Amino acid sequence: MAFQYDRYIRGGKLPHIWCPGCTYGIVFKSLLRVVDTLAISKDDIALVSGIGCASRLPGYVDFNTLHTTHGRALGFATGIKMARPDKHVMVVSGDGDATAIGGNHFIHACRRNIDITVLVFNNYIYGMTGGQYSPTTPSGHMASTMPYGNVDPSFNIPELAKGAGASFVARGTAYHAAGLDKLLIEAIRHKGLSVVEIINACPTTHGRRNKFKSPTDMLLWMKDTFMPVAAFEKLPPEKTAGKFPIGVLYRKEGLPEYCETYYGLVERLKRQREGRV
Amino acid sequence: MGKIKLLQGNEACAEGALYAGCTFFGGYPITPSTEVAEYMAKRLPQIGGAFLQMEDEIAAMAAVIGGALAGKKALTATSGPGFSLKQENIGFAALTEIPCVIVNVMRGGPSTGVPTGPGQSDIMQCRWGTHGDHPVICLTPAYVQEIFSETVRAFNLAEKYRTPVIIAFDEIVGHMRERIEIPDPGVLPVQDRTKPTCPPSEYLPYDESKGDVPPMANFFEGYRYHVTGLNHGSDGFPVNASPRIHTDELRLLRKVESNRADIVRFEEYLLEDAEVAVFAYGISGRSAKTAVEAARKAGIKAGLFRPLTIWPFPEAQVAALSARVKGIVVPELSLGQIILEVDRCAKGRCRIEGIYRVDGDPINPAQILAKVKEAN
Ligand SMILES: Cc1ncc(C[n+]2csc(CCOP(=O)(O)OP(=O)(O)O)c2C)c(N)n1
Ligand code: SF4
Ligand SMILES: [Mg+2]
Repeated sequence: MAFQYDRYIRGGKLPHIWCPGCTYGIVFKSLLRVVDTLAISKDDIALVSGIGCASRLPGYVDFNTLHTTHGRALGFATGIKMARPDKHVMVVSGDGDATAIGGNHFIHACRRNIDITVLVFNNYIYGMTGGQYSPTTPSGHMASTMPYGNVDPSFNIPELAKGAGASFVARGTAYHAAGLDKLLIEAIRHKGLSVVEIINACPTTHGRRNKFKSPTDMLLWMKDTFMPVAAFEKLPPEKTAGKFPIGVLYRKEGLPEYCETYYGLVERLKRQREGRV
Repeated sequence: MGKIKLLQGNEACAEGALYAGCTFFGGYPITPSTEVAEYMAKRLPQIGGAFLQMEDEIAAMAAVIGGALAGKKALTATSGPGFSLKQENIGFAALTEIPCVIVNVMRGGPSTGVPTGPGQSDIMQCRWGTHGDHPVICLTPAYVQEIFSETVRAFNLAEKYRTPVIIAFDEIVGHMRERIEIPDPGVLPVQDRTKPTCPPSEYLPYDESKGDVPPMANFFEGYRYHVTGLNHGSDGFPVNASPRIHTDELRLLRKVESNRADIVRFEEYLLEDAEVAVFAYGISGRSAKTAVEAARKAGIKAGLFRPLTIWPFPEAQVAALSARVKGIVVPELSLGQIILEVDRCAKGRCRIEGIYRVDGDPINPAQILAKVKEAN
């Protein structure tokens, strides 16, 4: 039987705001399947977002949902997780939301290794505001605020997350949707800060300006550009130009998780007071 | 019998928060507020609460709202530059009606200003710092004991009215040490947010038919709902170009406006027969008290109006006062902010004289006395 998405979608909240051809809906469905596979109770999830097209996702889902200020989702999520370490806290963010205005919060959440799953919807553009360049817009690409082609160097989000201390880093794409389910499952299961960069297409404000004739072209570009990390690593360096790996890119188990460390300290103090040490 | 302690204002603030049931602190160090964070950093782990030093004040404010939404009573403390950074998320808490308490230990100057000196020049920022129309409750204690009790009251008001509450005091009272009594638990009232009793399927987080302060469900308690900083309907979902936006923003203001009798607190000292009044809060209120006593000794009928709630502004009280006295003297550690409110409420019924000082020192009683004599 086909998957029953409406068990997780809030009644009466569709249609969503996303444009025809936007790939966010593909990721949205993947997230719902994954929560179902993991059998997490809807009551036990807080889904937090910032501002942007991606950040509208929580409104459609029947969890505890929090749509915050631009870039700040991780601050809110950190507060929620520290208040209720027993619950699942997830963040949905855009490339601008997570790495421009929210860049500082992003690296510090990675450094703390707090058990939050962060999904960064990277469409290489500020979609919601109409196609201004973001920290991930490829060099030379057209954007409404780079009308002569982008001169601003870009971030590699997985490298940024790894460098900042995230203990689980993965990349998927909207084209490789089945693989995305697997990545999200691993990310949510992982104890610690997990970042999944999800490559998305914004045909309306990015594709249109950059010679993608249709949303399909953008998905085909994903198909040609991203390859499983194992295959990518076997390629000789001269063949990797313009290609990017997908899959789990970095994982370190057993690192101290922030809430565990903090509440471990609380326990230690309690034992000391009770003279049990 | 409570506990007698010798505490700094900032420490008393932390003690007040703990008394009120605060179990969550999110902050970022800044002089002259840091002792609030340091005290909480020591105490919260001892009682199983959460302490977070975030990467900046923006994140600290965000974490506090997150903690509050997950059911905790949450506090943050900061000063001028950090208070500026918190503004966007203070507005978020106001619109989403998430209770929390923000302490602003006021220092001098714009920008980095005078980090170690007292100021009262953020008082309009307390009212209008975040964009858009929004409700504000702001308390201005002047004594260490009062910082304790007003912090308890700040949490109670936040919980009762589902709104952020600001406590603004200056560096001097923040750092001054005084003997205080911490009452036994139960002596001061402690209020918790009203939770819904309806089944989750019927819950509307912003249901105006439940009164101006609809019950608030915490996350993870079975009431799955949506919280957004967009203007929203009673179900919490965004609305656009709807008359509801107007009526809902009016409701937010009404939560405070129609409860002035509960929220507005002040001290009136020797005002019954006064011909000259001093309107002053915080450290300036303390100087004013001494000045008023000196004026009385000199045969001048002077009195003091000292607001403990500065926002909402004690409009009716100042209006009535202005009709009874020849003049109102307003000393403040700014170049003239709260005097604008006094003037607005006095409507020309009496003379209004300001005393302004922003050089890092407090306004001394002699300065106030001289103005009182002038205004007499
Ligand atoms: C403080 C603040 N600055 C700017 C904006 C305007 N703004 C809204 S969405 C957005 C960009 C979002 O881009 P991204 O995070 O990549 O999300 P997308 O829309 O592409 O999914 C901006 C700049 C805002 N809402 N708040
Ligand atoms: S503007 Fe772009 S990102 Fe936003 S909904 Fe449309 S296609 Fe998607
Ligand atoms: Mg984007």
